[in-house]
Amino acid sequence: MATLQYILKRLTLMIPTFLLVMVIIFLLVRFLPGDPALAIAGDRASDADLAAIRDRLGLNEPAWVQFWLFLTNTVQGDLGTSILMRTEVLDVVFQRLPTTAFLTVYAVGLSVLIAGPMAFVAALNRGRWPDTVIRTVFQVGLSMPVFYIGLVLLTFLAAQLRWFPVGGYGEGFVSHLYHLFLPAFTVALYTSAIILRNLRSAIIEVLDAEYVQFARAKGLPNRVILGRHVLRNALISTVTLLGLSIGNLMSGTLVTETVFAVPGLGRLMLEAIFARDYPLIQGLTLTFAVLVSLVFLLTDLFQSSLDPRMRLS
Amino acid sequence: MEQTPILEVEGLCTTFGRGGQTLPALRDVSFTVGEGEVLGLVGESGSGKSVTLRSVLGLARRYGEVTGSVRWQGQELITKSERDLRPIRGRDIAMIFQEPMTSLNPLLTVGQQLVETLQAHTDLSRKARRDRAIEMLDLVGIPAAASRLTDYPHQFSGGMRQRVMIAIALAASPKLLLADEPTTALDVTIQAQILDLILRLSSDMKMGVIMVTHDLGVVAQTCDRVAVMYAGRIVEQGPVRQVLRDPHHAYTVGLMQSVPEGVAPRTQLYSIPGTPPSLAHLPPGCAFAPRCAASTEACLATRPALLRVSEDRQLACFNPKNQTKGCAA
Amino acid sequence: MSDTAVSSSAPSRPSRLQLALGKPGFLIGCLIIALSTLLALMPNVFAPYDPNYIDYLAIRQPPSWAHPFGTDSLGRDSFSRVIHAYRVNMQMAILATVFALVIGVVVGALVGYYRGIADMIFGRVVDAIITFPFLVLVIAVVAVLGPGLINMYIAITMVGWVYYARLMRAEIIAQMGNDYSDAGMVMGYSDRRIIFRHLLPNAITPVLIYWMTDMALAILLGSSLGYLGLGAQPPQAEWGVLIAEGRNFITTAWWLSLMPGIAIVLTGLGFSLIGDGLADLLRPRG
Repeated sequence: MATLQYILKRLTLMIPTFLLVMVIIFLLVRFLPGDPALAIAGDRASDADLAAIRDRLGLNEPAWVQFWLFLTNTVQGDLGTSILMRTEVLDVVFQRLPTTAFLTVYAVGLSVLIAGPMAFVAALNRGRWPDTVIRTVFQVGLSMPVFYIGLVLLTFLAAQLRWFPVGGYGEGFVSHLYHLFLPAFTVALYTSAIILRNLRSAIIEVLDAEYVQFARAKGLPNRVILGRHVLRNALISTVTLLGLSIGNLMSGTLVTETVFAVPGLGRLMLEAIFARDYPLIQGLTLTFAVLVSLVFLLTDLFQSSLDPRMRLS
Repeated sequence: MEQTPILEVEGLCTTFGRGGQTLPALRDVSFTVGEGEVLGLVGESGSGKSVTLRSVLGLARRYGEVTGSVRWQGQELITKSERDLRPIRGRDIAMIFQEPMTSLNPLLTVGQQLVETLQAHTDLSRKARRDRAIEMLDLVGIPAAASRLTDYPHQFSGGMRQRVMIAIALAASPKLLLADEPTTALDVTIQAQILDLILRLSSDMKMGVIMVTHDLGVVAQTCDRVAVMYAGRIVEQGPVRQVLRDPHHAYTVGLMQSVPEGVAPRTQLYSIPGTPPSLAHLPPGCAFAPRCAASTEACLATRPALLRVSEDRQLACFNPKNQTKGCAA
Repeated sequence: MSDTAVSSSAPSRPSRLQLALGKPGFLIGCLIIALSTLLALMPNVFAPYDPNYIDYLAIRQPPSWAHPFGTDSLGRDSFSRVIHAYRVNMQMAILATVFALVIGVVVGALVGYYRGIADMIFGRVVDAIITFPFLVLVIAVVAVLGPGLINMYIAITMVGWVYYARLMRAEIIAQMGNDYSDAGMVMGYSDRRIIFRHLLPNAITPVLIYWMTDMALAILLGSSLGYLGLGAQPPQAEWGVLIAEGRNFITTAWWLSLMPGIAIVLTGLGFSLIGDGLADLLRPRG
């Protein structure tokens, strides 16, 4: 009940931000070069057809009427019709969303598996050689563009060694896991490079915290100190960091989908841009914004469920 | 109190930092604590009081190098591995920290934090651990103890949190309690209650206490003996009554004058001139000499050693005050 | 750039500079960037061939003494193309960041100093812009303006200034907590003088450190957009474009894509190492 109230409050707070998000998208699309009517009807359309389409889209109305139209349509779930796909934008989005969601969650899982233990080892060996090696490797990783990581993995692990497929999404859960391993690993390498440094200092901070000193003074076994006192607190920082990095992560997903030909939202976005499919660009941009806000909200909820001080009462 | 001490610290040195920059936080610290005895460790912040406690318990060595000797009932602790220290920490020697806000894990209930100490040091059953936890909370004066086991630290006030920390520290009935400024972070009214609690438990459980504080008032109220620390060394040591009535070291005198007691209103309060030296740049002689009115050439050039000046008093000073028997080197 | 940073920081002891120079990371970073700048300024001196000279008799040749990085599908010398790309890619580090820096610093300083309604609106704008994944917004803006280098700079600036402004605003507010800004007001200095002569020089250090990291990011982002076909356009030698050109021959002529990537990694590493070194150098109490 309290949680529900909190979510509602958070959603209410998001309204002004989303109004602005809509304004930004609206302005972007209005400045898109070319005539949308022409793009929809095709080159051979008659002037009368074009005029009819303009009228239907409200392109002859003043800007604020168009914005109001855009806003009310969007709220009702009408994002227009994709020129490229010839179907409802919302349908296209929902069709591609599971792939991107799967890839993103997969990548988050792998980044935790990579960055978590590495940050722990580095923090526990602060200033000694394992720390130096880990930090150096991840610093180099931070300087690698995600498309390059993807391409290198694709070349060696998929094309040369044939351990993984070179692209596609596959059928069924296990096949998804197999097909998306390299894309997810690519995004995960990139994401762990971003979060490792912060995670390492967060863990060091916990290791030096007074309550960990007190736990040592109590004579607890190391296993209990690390597992119960350090890990739990470090988990909160991990979740927060991942939540804050979701924009970066999705940027990485977009590029990776292109490199590995994964049929997700990111690849669709690029196709839409090259086809100047403006309803689709508009719908996808909005979808990405919604996804990021959703993750911010989930992060908050997860944090408050882990941290009793933030527990909603 | 003539008996063999339970804790004997000799020549304890702690240096923070490795490699490039090092900081000598403790230099040649020696003292003893007898069974059921309350020793006060007093000095300004940065004088090494807390570091002493942390070095005794082996908590300081993660951050630097600790040498010298710490003997607990005859066993040497300095050379013991972390694993071998574990049964001593918490069960024989317990410690409470200054800041009750940050010393309890915010993500665990106080019950969990109490029980885990018992789990590490006793064979009690789950039910017995719970009973003992309630008993401990009750003992330190937390009302409705049974219902508060599932509460988190942030649901307690500062004073109550300090009581919780004491309950956790004493759960396994230690023989020595290291109390690191246990009342500094608390309101004045709460301070006295916490001190009373520690004293009462100490005499009930025949438990020795090392009470670290910068407050001579606390020392006068609670301690049997006192050691005054300055810049990582003990400069004067002896029974509380003797030291406070008849301080020998100029620094002890200064500390006592800084306590506003029986001073007429609107007179200027006394403070020791100058500031404590940086540990990174300690002078070759007596560290207090630059601030000392009685210092001489000798004080600046050579460091006075801590020497026995009477049956149970020790002093590190070339020009002691109020002293009949000289101790100059 | 680093000179301004050093002189505008709070009085730093010379030992700090020595400390930073003594760190191998910072030194390596400086070396990499110095060399990259040299290559960017005079690629002709280092490149053995004209990067656009087409030789149909030498198509996709593997690395050899004549062509250290091999040749591409039009017989152009890969090594020369990678070297010539230094100019445009190093340019990205500056042009994709410097306008965002200036706009961000001015806007951040003003909203931080005056607060009020402008600050509230600014807060909403920041919230809205960080709600988009960075790349999505940049790509959308490039889509509007059309692919190409100049439009890419405009797009990155339109999104990137927010991050500088946010940082600057926070620093200005922190600096205003210090007594000297009150002292300035008491002495009747003009707002402009207080902001730009007194607050800004003290608040700008973290922004400049971020700038260094951002330069590394700009190279990564610029080459990514080049790879996706939204940044530099094909005959232009640019690392992302070069990697994209080699992509179709990745199993037969792997060197085409591998070598430009190494240039990206090295340059990015150079900037981020300098950023780290500067952070150690300028941040109070290391």
